[in-house]
Amino acid sequence: MLIPRIIPCLLLQGAGLVKTIKFKNEKYIGDPVNAIKIFNEKGADELIFLDIMASIENRKPDFALISQVAAECFMPVCYGGGIKEIDDAKRIFNSGIEKISLGSGAIEKPEFIRELVRIFGSQSIVACLDVKKNLLGNYEVVIHRARKKTGLEPWAAAKKMQDMGVGELLINSVDRDGTMSGYDLGLMQKITKNISIPVIACGGAGNLKHIAEVINEGGASSGAAGSLFVFHSKRRGVLINYPDREQIDSLFKRMEHA
Amino acid sequence: MIAIVDYGMGNLGSIHNMLQRLGIVGISTKDPDQIRDAEKIILPGVGSFDQAMKNLNDLNLTGILNEKVQKLKTPVLGICLGMQLMTKDSQEGSLPGLGWINANTMRFNFLSLGPVLKIPHMGWNTLKIKKNVALLADLPLNPRFYFVHSYHVVCNDPLDIAATTDYGYDFISVLQHDNIYAVQFHPEKSHQFGMQVLKNFAQRPC
Repeated sequence: MLIPRIIPCLLLQGAGLVKTIKFKNEKYIGDPVNAIKIFNEKGADELIFLDIMASIENRKPDFALISQVAAECFMPVCYGGGIKEIDDAKRIFNSGIEKISLGSGAIEKPEFIRELVRIFGSQSIVACLDVKKNLLGNYEVVIHRARKKTGLEPWAAAKKMQDMGVGELLINSVDRDGTMSGYDLGLMQKITKNISIPVIACGGAGNLKHIAEVINEGGASSGAAGSLFVFHSKRRGVLINYPDREQIDSLFKRMEHA
Repeated sequence: MIAIVDYGMGNLGSIHNMLQRLGIVGISTKDPDQIRDAEKIILPGVGSFDQAMKNLNDLNLTGILNEKVQKLKTPVLGICLGMQLMTKDSQEGSLPGLGWINANTMRFNFLSLGPVLKIPHMGWNTLKIKKNVALLADLPLNPRFYFVHSYHVVCNDPLDIAATTDYGYDFISVLQHDNIYAVQFHPEKSHQFGMQVLKNFAQRPC
């Protein structure tokens, strides 16, 4: 049977990897290619690699770095950040990356998303929705590193992305980011109930049990995490890590029996 | 030399990256002469069936591929859509396939099952080996492979089935008929397991 995916989500800022808390307080983690080599050696299921400043700085993706990353990854990789033209996407796919993710672009330029889907196929286009609770306590999709509100309800936006043909959704909870306190299960449930495409949940994973929860109870197809795989404890000492197969197998065996 | 058929369907970058890591010479090409010279051929593919057949036909590659595979018995490895193209036809399109295998391509159909699974089948899954083939020799312990597909091959001759995979039901994930090999998963994205598959195809007599 299909094995649920556990996905390290790595954030690129400038030439280095960082990890944030609630999309702020960037802490330097290390060299991206080095980290990716370690995840490859550890047999990670998949990788998400996001250039978090490219869109804000109105910059192109770092194609040279992306090629280097692709050459080290014998697993599926999703890249996001600064993709504005069909040609950007083409270059990224040609280097050996399987999927591209669009965040603010998915919200602001639906026509571009449709075009990407038409040319490259649903399975290679991921929409990334960053979700934050507003002052009234309502969930809202935010863009540009949570600096700009959209007024969109996440479940409605998710449905819209599905209708535009994207193959997968990455749902990132801004409020849980870096807290390691568990995923926002309520938010994930409400989104996954409404759509049929797979959801990658992100934001809040502090241990493997959290990942099992968001798949089991939240309806997600996979769990992505940053802090969990780059720190060795809540004190945030850097240590690139990934569970071994026995740990993952026993995690999901427990799920089957639950 | 291994020719990787470059007919505008899907990225060949990751196949190249893996062959390079293995120290194997692979050349992406749409030149019929270069394909004629190849000792082995990889037919990759991501995208839709009709578009793929149209591209092969428009690039005048169907003839040389038929000659190499069917007459000269050059070993060929189909990957994902490349596997499906080897069948007679597909529910995804209306153009005939290459027809090298007595098989058809069908969409996942879960209607007779209880809970409906998501389509595409996307993620890591395992194989149930049905016959010994060079392609699947010496796999590391607990092999798993990365799949992304909405359609799968149905063989009319059970002897062509090399392995199956369970997604709602058992579908054919590896097939072999004489010099023809095909995998529904992506070996180039399946860590050391896929690397062994590509190594077997490149270095063993197939």
